[in-house]
Formats: sequence, C-alpha cells, structure tokens
Amino acid sequence: MLRVRNVWWIVVLGAFVLFPLIETNPTYTGIGVIALIFMGCATSWNMFSGYSGYVNLGSAIFYGVGAYTITLLSDHLNVPGNGDLFWLIPAGGLAAMIVAIPVGLVALRVRRHTFVVITIAIFFVFQLSAINFSFTGGTSGLQLPLIPWLETNYNKPFYYAALAIVVFATLLSVTVRRSRFGLQLLAIRDDEDRAAGLGVKVFAVKLVGFTMSAFAVGMGGALYAIFIGQIYPQFVFDPIFDISIALMAIFGGLGTLTGPLLGALVLESTQQYLAIRFTNGSVYLIVFGALFLVIVLFMPQGIIVYSSEWLSRRAARRVEGALVVSGETS
Amino acid sequence: MTTLLNVERVSKSFGGLKALSECSLSVEKGRITGLIGPNGSGKTTLFNVITGYEKPDSGSVTFEGTEITRASPSKVFALGVGRTFQITRIFARITVLENMLVATQRDEGWLRGLTRSKSSKSELVAAMEWLDFVGIGRLASQPAGSLSFGQRKLLELAYVLVADPDVILLDEPAGGVNLTLINEIAQKIQALNKDGKSFLIVEHNMEFVMNLCDRVTVMHQGADLVSGTPSEIRSNPLVLDAYLGGSDEYDDEDAS
Repeated sequence: MLRVRNVWWIVVLGAFVLFPLIETNPTYTGIGVIALIFMGCATSWNMFSGYSGYVNLGSAIFYGVGAYTITLLSDHLNVPGNGDLFWLIPAGGLAAMIVAIPVGLVALRVRRHTFVVITIAIFFVFQLSAINFSFTGGTSGLQLPLIPWLETNYNKPFYYAALAIVVFATLLSVTVRRSRFGLQLLAIRDDEDRAAGLGVKVFAVKLVGFTMSAFAVGMGGALYAIFIGQIYPQFVFDPIFDISIALMAIFGGLGTLTGPLLGALVLESTQQYLAIRFTNGSVYLIVFGALFLVIVLFMPQGIIVYSSEWLSRRAARRVEGALVVSGETS
Repeated sequence: MTTLLNVERVSKSFGGLKALSECSLSVEKGRITGLIGPNGSGKTTLFNVITGYEKPDSGSVTFEGTEITRASPSKVFALGVGRTFQITRIFARITVLENMLVATQRDEGWLRGLTRSKSSKSELVAAMEWLDFVGIGRLASQPAGSLSFGQRKLLELAYVLVADPDVILLDEPAGGVNLTLINEIAQKIQALNKDGKSFLIVEHNMEFVMNLCDRVTVMHQGADLVSGTPSEIRSNPLVLDAYLGGSDEYDDEDAS
C-alpha cells in the first residue's frame, strides 16, 4: 500500500525527471546537473557524518579521487569520448572507498573537533599530492576525452546520471537508517562510550559507515570530471567543496533524510544562479553568505527540523485551543 | 558458591594519583555484592577497569574463568557483564525503544548490523517487556532526552537488562532518586536476583546497601579494606575509621 509520504517522494522524483524535458535552456539544465551532484554528495556525507556526528571536512578527498580515477582510467583504457565514459563512474566510487579505508583508520581514532581538524589535514595532503605528482598532471590538470554532443542535448545524460546517484544515495541513506547498523551510528552520535559498553563495536561501525559514504561522493566527482571535461587539483580537491557539503546538510537538517537534499538543492542552485546573474564581482557570495547566516541564526537545527517543530507546535496549539473551547483545560 | 567475577590485586594510577592499589574483589553467582567506601576510594575506577573502560597497570580480572583484564568494553559486555553509570548515560536523541534496541544483541558480528533491520519481532517484545518491568513502557516512543532523571535511571537499567547479562554492575542506582523510586529499584533488583542475576552495586545509601546485599566489600584508598556480611561490616571498627578518617591517614583523604 502506498503511504502519503511515499506518494510525495514519487511526485518530487517525477518533477526532477521532467525538468530537463521542459526546461531546455542548457544554462539551467547545467545548474541542474551541478545541483544534483551536490545533492547526492551531501546525502551520502550525511549518511555517515549526520548520523554519527563525526563531521567530516575532508569529503573532497573522495570527490577528487573519483575525478582523477575516471580521468586516468579513461586514458589508460582508451575509452572514446561518448556515453561509454559513464560506465566508469562506479569505478570512481570504488576508488574513493578504497582510499577511505586508510583515511578512516587514521582519522576515526580521534573524536569530535580533533576529527574535524584531522580530516582537513588529510584533505590538504591529497590536494598537495595532486599538485605535485606527475601522473596527476600537476597544476595544469588533465583532459578527458572530448564528448562531441550537440550543446542543446549535452546536459541531459549528465543530468540523469546525477539523478541516479541522488536516488542511490537516498535509498542507501534510508536503508542505513532502518538497519541496526544505522541505529548504532546514532547511538555513537549520542554517547560513543555508552554504546561501546552495550556491545556496539564502535570503531568497526564508524569505519564501515565512513567508507560507505565515500562511494557516492566518489561517483559524484567522477561524473563532474566527465561533465566538465578537464580537471585541476584546485577544483576537484577543493576546500570549498568540503565546507559546502557540510553546510548544505546543516542548512537542511543534520541527520535527517530530506535535509541534505533540500539544503544542497537550495544552496547550490541559488549559488549557481547568482553567479550567472551577477557576473561582475562577488555579489553572489555576499547574498549567499547572508542567506546562510539567517538560517544558522534563526534555525540552528536546519530547515527541516525547524519546520517540523513549527508544524507540531501549531498542531499542539490547535488541540489546546479546542480543549479550551470545550472546557477541558488541563 | 562459584565465583563469577574475580578481581585480583588490580592497580591503576593516573599520573601521581594511585586510584587503585592491589584491589581484590569477587562476585559470587546468584549473589548481590555491595561495594562501599568514601568518595575517591576508587569504586568507579574499579568499575571502569572491570568493564574495559580503563586498562589496569597490573593485576587481573576474570569473568567465569575468562581473562578480561584488557578486553574492550564491547567485548566485556558481549561476554555478559553489563553496567550502568554513576552519571546516567542514555542516547538522548533517539527514542526510548530505540535505546533498548541498541543493546538487544550483545554479541553480534560487526557486519551483521548492515544486513538486518533495526529490530526483530522478538527483540521488540523483549524490549517492551523490560520497559514495562521498570515501569516506563508507556514512554517507549518518546525521545529519551525528554525523560526525567529518575526515568533515565530506569531506562539505563532496562537496556542493560534486555541483553540478558549474567552479572550487572550498578554505579549508584539510588543516587539522586526519591525514596519511592529507591524502594522500587531495590524491589526490581531483588526480583532479578531471584531469577538468578548477580549484582555488584556501588552505593552511598547505607540502608539500601545493607538491606539488599548478601556481601559487602569496603574500599579505602584504592584497596579493599574488609569484606563480609552486612552485619559484620557494620560492627567493624576499620570501616568507621575509613569513613571518618583514621588518625594517620587523614591527610590523604581529600584525593578524590
């Protein structure tokens, strides 16, 4: 039986599927591709960091590894510049997971603020490596095979591939939340030592969660690489990406399912739109920053948590009101 | 009477402070053992050593003949040693029922959690039974953070019990709890003991300890001072000295 909630999910998904068919302007579908990539990455990031409370500010490691993996693989395998490139996207995700294991083994030994700092430090090790090693092309970056598609239809395959990543990340997030494993992550967030004392193998659970969350982020990076056609260390190992992903999840609601989706959609598409609208200077960054400040100041738990609390408060007031009218005050 | 949990000459220092020095203790199967002593005498540190939160400098801890001296907290729990904390620790942002489910399978493979749902039917039934047992079943769907102090104590007891441990370590179960609830908790402990559960209880409430426990160990300055039945303890002059401060040991007393 379909629940009302599930119907909503299908309606929203349908709208996303229809968007590039209705809006054919490549500028806007291009914004759509980038926004969807961020939605997938933020959801996957939230699956670990939102549930466990371990705020990872090094997720660009996975993004960059995904991007470099697909670039180097396509060169190595002589993949032509056509749709075949898309089949290499999961390889980018897998490479990110493999990298996540040693990173997690180091970073997950420490907690809270120290963990945040360690992930930033490890991120910079990766960025500097990408700049300084020769196989990455250094600062001049690497080229991907050129895809000779017409401009009017160029964005569509990327859009649907990004949408597939979002759906994958969302389903994974739901599954984890409903599993014993997800419950253990939440227990770790609330009190890690107490969880250990109740039989939760905390380190293993954290490492598995951390590694799983790298997969969709790596795929996002791989898709971004073939969408843009060339990669540079500063753009795929980007500290702004690290922060954006975390801010999007916090903006929407940390640890919630819809929060990161909504946060990434709103923030990334606004940012992209403002960047196009105000081509001169950094006006868009000021507007963007102001919007973010308002949210953090007035809804520190994120839009989703704030609105659901507001709705339940209003519902409670109504019930109270009804009781007063019928003379049954408590 | 077989010994379930045996602590043998355990020592533990924090910097220059000797929190435990050659402390020994045993918990017998089916008995309620009390652990008392002035503040700073090392009771909670001993709990931490037994349950794997602190590694001792020397000495050994065995549970049913298995060495658990340096085992991790999750390993110790998996073997069947459950504990509560002096400052109650619950998972505040998940529901009361979900709190219970965290503990239901005490010895599950580390990857098993990925492939199974949050709860099975039998686990839900067991979780609700224990919540009803401690009397907070009606709060099952509330976020645990909304519980009162006393209710949190009961929840912590319930989720340790749901995993069916053989011995339960309670750190001040009556601390900061009103009289009615203290009696209720005492009754629960007695009922569980009748079903074969063993207990080790740290408590400052003397009446609670003396009425409940079969044996009592008194700790003083990191070591076990005397052990015996409650009446023996009551009449032992050493115990009084430990609490009121013996002549030559007075200066060390405030190391808490």
